[in-house]
Amino acid sequence: MERNLTLIALFAALIAALGLIPAFSLGFGVPITAQTLAIMLCGTVLGAKRGTLAVLLFLLLVAVGLPLLAGGRGGLGVFAGPTSGFLFGWPVAAFVTGLIVERWRSTNLTVVAIIASIIGGIIVLYAFGIVGMSIVLDRTLIEAAALVTAFIPGDIAKAVVAGILTAALYKARPQSVLSRADQV
Amino acid sequence: MISLTSPVETRAHSWPAWLKLSLLCAATIVLVANQNLAFQAAAFLGCLTLYALPGRTFFTVGVKALWGLWPFLILLVVWHLVIGDPSGGLLITLRLLTAVGLATLVTMTTRLSDMIAVAQWLLKPFARLGLNTRALELGIALVIRFTPTLADKGRQLGQAWQARARTKPRWRVILPFTVLAIDDAEQVAEAIRARGGLDPTSRI
Repeated sequence: MERNLTLIALFAALIAALGLIPAFSLGFGVPITAQTLAIMLCGTVLGAKRGTLAVLLFLLLVAVGLPLLAGGRGGLGVFAGPTSGFLFGWPVAAFVTGLIVERWRSTNLTVVAIIASIIGGIIVLYAFGIVGMSIVLDRTLIEAAALVTAFIPGDIAKAVVAGILTAALYKARPQSVLSRADQV
Repeated sequence: MISLTSPVETRAHSWPAWLKLSLLCAATIVLVANQNLAFQAAAFLGCLTLYALPGRTFFTVGVKALWGLWPFLILLVVWHLVIGDPSGGLLITLRLLTAVGLATLVTMTTRLSDMIAVAQWLLKPFARLGLNTRALELGIALVIRFTPTLADKGRQLGQAWQARARTKPRWRVILPFTVLAIDDAEQVAEAIRARGGLDPTSRI
């Protein structure tokens, strides 16, 4: 119980820390921070339930006014802005990512974690993000989708990194990769 | 950790947080439902007045928070000029600015402890469904405590990387960073267990 709680809290802190450190910008040519990478990792490492709880805990702290989002943003304003759909999609993205890693055990963990991160962290997340943007900016879904496509290559790169990191973490600390811990 | 609450004391700081949040909900619903340009313009001016009342420092911080929206505002204006509907674009722009502005205003005038108290009150019904609110409270404290610690460890890893390589630290630093975080989590869990654990009848 205590271990689950501290891992959830530490991953929530990890999401914040990866947004605070500019040195960790991934540098694939697209200006991206590692914060959505942390969302993918919450799912692939902690699994569906605990990964979702870590993201919800992080969002709760953002909502109550802590400047934890990349660029020191936070507070209630970010939930009313054009990118709010992505924030609402974060817990669902972590859940779907985690669920795939938990259930799909027949294939290599790197491959599973990459595919899970693409499905959860890109397809599911962008569905929320695009709907949110279309509502706030009063655009059609296709127009809103066109606005965010530039970020997809960067997010695919993040999904690959999430997959490699999850497999490496599983080698380094197998008991702490809760999505697969019962296999150890 | 510094919260986004403004150190400039305003009258709204003493208002109950639930009241400000309820007013914000009502205002946002009205803003979304209303399609009148004059109303949206008046609402935006009203919002700016609220920012201006406590003085220049408060106003500057508030406007800075809204400044982050500029890429979307430019996009909206250009888009609506191209399709020949400038008033439609202005309406959405004003609505967006007011909605975000009012939400930020609530954050700036409400202390972190008051916000957490509202969150705890909102989560009360879930306690009956089995949610361990004590675990949640401890989780909040742990995140607040560990975010700066982790960020510092991340910086140290980055510096260590730069001492060895000419390139900037990239994603490869995230693995040792995550392992450090996991080790911290395991040690903290042990420490909490040693102090009586999450059993609500014991003291931590």
